[in-house]
This record gives sequence, structure tokens and C-alpha cells, in this order.
Amino acid sequence: MAEKRVGKQTVKFQNPPVITSTASIVGPKEGKGPLGSYFDYVIDDELWGEKTWEKAESKIVRETLSKLLEKSGKSQEDINYVIAGDLLNQDIASTFGIRGTSISYLGVFGACSTICEAMAIGSMIIDGNFADNVICVTSSHFCSAEKQFRFPLELGTQRPPTAQWTVLGCGGVLLSSRGQGPRITHVTVGKIVDKGIKDANNMGAAMAPAAADTILTHLKDTGFAPDYYDLILTGDLGIVGKRICEEIMAEVGFDISKRFNDCGLLIFDREKQDVHAGASGCGCCASVFAGYLYKQLLEGKLKRILLVATGALLSPTSTQQGETIPSIAHAVSIES
Amino acid sequence: MENVAGKEKKLIKDYTNNEYRQYVEKISPKSKTLSNVIRAFIVGGLICTVGQFINNYFLERGMDKDIAGSITSIIMISIGVLLTALNVYDDIGKFAGAGSIVPITGFANSIVSPAMEFKSEGYVMGVGAKMFVVAGPVLVYGISASIVAGIIYYLLR
Repeated sequence: MAEKRVGKQTVKFQNPPVITSTASIVGPKEGKGPLGSYFDYVIDDELWGEKTWEKAESKIVRETLSKLLEKSGKSQEDINYVIAGDLLNQDIASTFGIRGTSISYLGVFGACSTICEAMAIGSMIIDGNFADNVICVTSSHFCSAEKQFRFPLELGTQRPPTAQWTVLGCGGVLLSSRGQGPRITHVTVGKIVDKGIKDANNMGAAMAPAAADTILTHLKDTGFAPDYYDLILTGDLGIVGKRICEEIMAEVGFDISKRFNDCGLLIFDREKQDVHAGASGCGCCASVFAGYLYKQLLEGKLKRILLVATGALLSPTSTQQGETIPSIAHAVSIES
Repeated sequence: MENVAGKEKKLIKDYTNNEYRQYVEKISPKSKTLSNVIRAFIVGGLICTVGQFINNYFLERGMDKDIAGSITSIIMISIGVLLTALNVYDDIGKFAGAGSIVPITGFANSIVSPAMEFKSEGYVMGVGAKMFVVAGPVLVYGISASIVAGIIYYLLR
């Protein structure tokens, strides 16, 4: 058996990869949110000088990548792989954002769980001694996501209270085989869970069982108690999904409520900013980690966190065909 | 864990899909129906009142009833188009819901908003192809229903 595996789905690193640097760029609404001051750059309009939402999202990816290189003092030649993904068809925000570089590219899709998927793959590549520096970057754009998944922006419709607001933002992390910073000690790659939810306006409820499954598997595989972590943070369950996840965990004897939160509830002021059940998107977990959490880890305010990005693996076609929503969650254990 | 007649309560993670859907339905926040209905009533009523004023104005000027109705519709559609283009109609819609979707201004909004959104894919495959992406079903089934109604009317006459 592979010696770095523990339990059913978890990998324990022998040389835990170091998160040596992060970068984040977000939109104006995110900039006005409670975490606004933690991000590297807040753009002042959604198009950012581009002609289309898609071009704007690619620009955000491109600029996040160059910000990350600038902050870490690395050049493109130092980076062995960039692993990226987003919500748009065929991952075009990532590919068009990265096409000007000369870094080996791996595209991934895990809906809003993509950042943790990328970090899991990146960490394995580094611990496997296949690379010294890997960049993981994921993005989402409210306007391009609405256009692809829902309705035109100017259509006068109402959202139900369970709907979530796609984050306009991008977060990138640099994983290195050596250096200073918090380390990724374990990753638990999730399995697809589908509890039969069909409502694309209630993705939190669809994803919560997947999040609980991954957290539970992680704790069982590693033998950690929930209080091993200062914070267990899911990606974008929102207010409905967070409650369900807590209840599922409590029922099987793991009370995580005291050290449990959700990136989708941190990035916006839910009441004042009118985002209904909370935020979502590949850029949600990514920008909250790269902007806010990473600084908390560096400053020692958080010592150990479990980052559990969650994804609803649906498409507009599957929804129209009446399919249920398969969901996934990947956990990354980070220690400062 | 509560024991009901010796039967242990089922855990959420063991729920069947149906049981889980019922549980989610129960705990999810609901739309505020009463305030939504009141808002829809007020805004929808206001839009219709504006239309009535315009209609009355033309009738007073001695315009034929049918022509006044058509011109009123054209003006209301233009107002809907203008408010959509000025990025205002989506805010009205967020507040009023069906109150601003059902009147003819809402119909205009449902055609203009995708036209604006998909302009980036060009005038043929973008604006042209996507313009009726929201209103299309209404037109298809509205026109079909009126044909059926027309046939029934013809047969009963």
C-alpha cells in the first residue's frame, strides 16, 4: 500500500508543502464586505476595462498570478506547474488568463471546490518530489456566472432566500517544497455525494452532506478530534448548508459548531449586502483563504485549520433535464 | 438521540433522498409571501395606472379606442425598454417580483435584457439568437394557446 495514505481517503505528507505566498483580487462588492481590507486589490468596476465579463475574469486571473509572483519574488521560470480552474465552460477564465505565461498548466474542475482540489493535487506533486513550486489559482465572476447559469443581469427577477451570490474574485496560492509559511499536512479528497436535491437555488443544502462526509472521513482517517483544529471552514455552504452540515456532524457525535464557519458567510455582510443565503463560487473560498485566512495563520491567530471547499457539480443542462445535484468537498489541513 | 417506541431516530446522513428533501424543505427559509404579494400589487397597479393615464389621454384627444390601446402598449414597451437599458428595471423587479414581470413592461424587459447580455457574442449568434431566450416560451405557448382558442371559438360560433 502507498505509504503516504492514511485511512480511506486521506493523504499524509512526509515533507509537508509550504504555502509560501498568496494573492487575491476581488470585486467592488466583496471589497465593501467585512474582509475588504485583507485582499491585495479591489477592482472598482466589474468589467475592469475589458469588453466582456469573461475577459474581465481572465484579467483577474492573470493579474492575481502576476501579483503572486511579485509578492513571492519568483519568476515564471521558477514555477513548475500552475493548477487552475473556474466555473465557465471549458475553464476559459483560467486558460485565457494563463495563456500568456510559459508555465506548465493543469486545468481542473470541481465547481466551487476547485481551490482545494488544486491544492490537494499541487501538494501531492510537491511531496512526490515532482516539483518545487506549484501555483494553485481559481476564480469566479458574478456576472459571467449569472450569464452562464441563470438569467441575464438586467432581467427583473427575484431570488429565493436560499439562493447564493457568486463571488467576483480570484485567489492564488504558491506551494513550495521549502521556505517559510504554513504547511499543508494532510488532504482528504472527497467523493461525490448526491442526496437528491434538484433546486439550483439551494446549493448549500445539496453540498452540505458532501461537506459533512469529507470532514467526518478526514477525522476518522487521521484520528483527530474536531478540537484539534482552531477552525474548520467550509467553502460556500451558506446559512442553510452550514446548519445542515453542523446537524449531520452533531448527530454522529462530533460537535463542531464552536469552531466551524463558512467562507460564504464571512466575505459578505449577509443582511446589509443582500446576498440571501451567503456567497458561493470558485473565487469565494480561494479569495477568503488567500486574503484573510493566510494572514491569520501568519500572524499566529490561527494555528491549525481545516479548509473544506465545497462544490455543486451541476450544469444548466443537467438542471433543465431535471437531474439532481451531485456534490463534492475536499479538505486541506493546514498548520502554521 | 430520542427513542420513539424503541425505534431509534434516523440520522440525517442515512436519510433517503425523499426524506432529505423533506428535511431541507422544512429548514430552508421561505419567501415572504405576504410582503411580496403586497409589493407586487402596488407596483403592478402603478404600472397599469400609468398605462391607463396614457390611454385616457389619447381617448380624450378623440383617438379611436383600438388605436389608443395599441399606442399605449407601444409607449409602455418603450418605457420598459428604456428602464432596462438604464439598469433600473432589474431593481424594480427585485422589489416587485410578479408586479413588474406580468405587465407588458416586464415582457419588454425579458427581451431587452438577454439582448444586452449576449451582445458580446455578436449581433447574429448573440443578440439575434439569444434575444428570445426568456420570452420565447411565452410567445410559443401564448400564440399556440390563442390559435387553439380561435379554433374553438370558430367551431362554437
